[in-house]
Amino acid sequence: MIASLLGALVGSVASSGAFSIPHIDYTAILPELILIGGALLMLAAGALSVRHLPTFAYTVLSAAAGVAALVSGIVLWEKIHGKGRPFTAIAHALSIDGFSTAFVILSACVIIVSSFIADGYLRREGIAGPEYHALALLGASGAMFMAAANDFIVIFLGLEIMSIPLYVLAAMDQRRAESGEAGMKYFVLGAFSSAIFVYGIALTYGATGSTNLAQIAGYLANNVSTNDGLLLAGMGLVLVGFLFKIAAVPFHMWTPDVYQGAPTPATGYMAAIAKVGGFAALLRVFFSTFHSLTATWQPVLWVVAVLTLVLGAVLGLVQRNVKRMLAYSSINHAGFILLGLQAASASGISASLYYVFVYAFLVLGSFAIITVIGRRGDRDHAIESYRGLARSHPMLALAFAVLLLAQAGAPFTTGFLGKLYVVEAAVQSHSYALAVIAMLTGAVAAGFYLRVVFVMYGQGSGAGARADDGAGVGAGVGSAAVPGEALAGHPELAMASAPGGALEVAPGGAGGAVASGATATAGTLVAAPTEPDAGETAPAGAGGAPSPARALPFDLAPTTAVGIAVTVLFTVVLGIWPGPLFAFVHAASLLF
Amino acid sequence: MHGALAGGLLATATVPDALTFAVAAIISVVGALGVVLSRNPVHSALMLIMTLFGVAVLFVEEDAQFLAAVQVIVYAGAIVVLFLFVIMLLGVDRNESIAAEPMPAQRWLAVALGVLGLAEVILLARGKWPTGAHTVAGPLHGTGQANVAVLGRSVFTSYLLPFEITSALLVIAVIGAVVLARRPRGSGEDVDPSIGPRVDSGEIVAGGGGSAGRGGAGAGAGSAGAGSAGAVSPEQSIQAERAAGELVTAGEPFGAVLKEAEGVSIVQRRES
Repeated sequence: MIASLLGALVGSVASSGAFSIPHIDYTAILPELILIGGALLMLAAGALSVRHLPTFAYTVLSAAAGVAALVSGIVLWEKIHGKGRPFTAIAHALSIDGFSTAFVILSACVIIVSSFIADGYLRREGIAGPEYHALALLGASGAMFMAAANDFIVIFLGLEIMSIPLYVLAAMDQRRAESGEAGMKYFVLGAFSSAIFVYGIALTYGATGSTNLAQIAGYLANNVSTNDGLLLAGMGLVLVGFLFKIAAVPFHMWTPDVYQGAPTPATGYMAAIAKVGGFAALLRVFFSTFHSLTATWQPVLWVVAVLTLVLGAVLGLVQRNVKRMLAYSSINHAGFILLGLQAASASGISASLYYVFVYAFLVLGSFAIITVIGRRGDRDHAIESYRGLARSHPMLALAFAVLLLAQAGAPFTTGFLGKLYVVEAAVQSHSYALAVIAMLTGAVAAGFYLRVVFVMYGQGSGAGARADDGAGVGAGVGSAAVPGEALAGHPELAMASAPGGALEVAPGGAGGAVASGATATAGTLVAAPTEPDAGETAPAGAGGAPSPARALPFDLAPTTAVGIAVTVLFTVVLGIWPGPLFAFVHAASLLF
Repeated sequence: MHGALAGGLLATATVPDALTFAVAAIISVVGALGVVLSRNPVHSALMLIMTLFGVAVLFVEEDAQFLAAVQVIVYAGAIVVLFLFVIMLLGVDRNESIAAEPMPAQRWLAVALGVLGLAEVILLARGKWPTGAHTVAGPLHGTGQANVAVLGRSVFTSYLLPFEITSALLVIAVIGAVVLARRPRGSGEDVDPSIGPRVDSGEIVAGGGGSAGRGGAGAGAGSAGAGSAGAVSPEQSIQAERAAGELVTAGEPFGAVLKEAEGVSIVQRRES
């Protein structure tokens, strides 16, 4: 009965026109499905379990989902590069080619590493529940959709699926007012940029009659229009939307505040996944869809790349807060990645892909170490917190030094190869000036990476260092921005690190007083509540008189240590033995 | 010239079309002016419904029935109701002092950007831009198929994947809302003193000086207190509102302002 009814229904639908539901190739979207399914499973487990599941259980679930997605991504890669060929799936909404699969694999790697890194943080701060990991998984699925999208609508949805979890993650730490501020800022500006992006899609659709990337490319290849203002406006607005996501100048304003305010592991995750998703779609859209307009967008990207490179490097130099410094560093890196796109050649795209791959691991590892050093409460991010780290925690200092040097482009690391590769691509496409500027900014940026390394390994003695510390605290307090919030933050700050820290720093009272004096002259706030905090964040007394016995109350969770170790190994091993990754990114070609 | 343009447009249309267009256009423009010019925020929101309704009529006129229905259901039905909800929650009779402009440049900037946007729209509308061959939903005046049918078809064929992955977005929205709305756990050393103990409505006095909370939290509690004190005369509750408002906007050290707020709520308590 029901069957016949259904049959009749299907028949009537079929007879009313050519209505055929597209074939759904589940293997093509398996990585995304695994991540979304993992998130839902986690939420269900959290809701249904009578007792609270330990945080570690969610970490395991999240990492397992990441591993499963990684495996399915590799299977897809083999399918494309073995017997099969690149193909489009689900009514041409997705293009499954080497490029998209490479980004899918990268997203899966990011989610695995970042769930390990977040584990230590979540346990240290006593944040129970599956939400952090669930949001991270969903965000990574958005990045995968962006990477595989063959349709502007899918890119837009992927962008939103990726971004909204990032807004929430940025605002997740309710104990620090800056976190809420970061989330709000990111959300409002992100919503603006999304609106601009959609407007660009609408205009492009109006000009070309399709939202499908391949069809747009086909239309542009077959039609030369003398009057293409609509198309150019659309392309420009789409570019603005992308540049916002990847934090390129002049759309970078949100980056320092959001990176600083967000919980540190979320910052690392955000820095990695937003660049992965953003660049995946940006490279595909501009290199393949708007390929026939290359002469139009290349100069624009030239200017954007120069601005991004220079501003990121120069402003990074004057930061006293390590998270903020790395925010500017990430802007600088975005400029380097744009170099590959600006070259508008196949090797340029490979170079950009390589750089994104390398950068994701570098930034995850760096922020993992910053998470550990931020200590309970996630507040100690002034550069002074790193003084003497090499004596107290040699391995941690070594790992951080390796990651920072790799970001600076030291040889025998992936960072060096990435920079080399994009600059080479720029030179090949005769953008000599851009290549020179990029190398110069790389040298400038090395300054602030090396400063952290020197602080970690240096002795840090004398009055100069002390005044330095004071200024640093002043800057730290000042950057907390809203006076009320900064004031409210202080008791908490003292309290959060009091159990372990206060005892050790007690002898450094004099140094603390000096520091707080400097803070007062810096004209920020009332001195009284600052005093305990100044002694705390700037171990000025301890730093002034070298005392190797000083043990900072870090707790380096084993999971976080694993995450850091993975990123460092990736950086070093593939830096010395670059063959496999080079082969990988070269094979990751675009379908169209 | 504009008259000529309008005349040209109207000349090609039939009389009922032209009439419908004129009426709907007047409705939407009057509504838009009302949104900007009316002093009462509730009136502004209601005027917005008028504008949206006028635009919906224009959509019907353009054979975009689905869009018209969505316009009414989503914008007039849901979004404006949300606006009203927020306005009511913040207090309808609250007087915003519009004279004190926090950003003096923004009025001129708004005018400039508005002119720029209008110029852009006119420019885009007047040029003869080449467009791609086939639109997805079919040409404007009929392939013989209804607008909704064509739309439904494309949602389940060429836009199947986007349609489905929208569900992920909804899940994210729910999780995000829950995560952000949830308060940190009640007591214990985990709680930040800067967030302060939770102050329930009408209980500001109990919090005392110790509850020198953040501006936002204190203000929220203050306005909640004012709202919930049912027996209090309206002037006083407005007063409390203002005190609470100052808490937010002034952003100065809270001690003094908070005491004001407390003073008001003490008065309220005595009266109730």
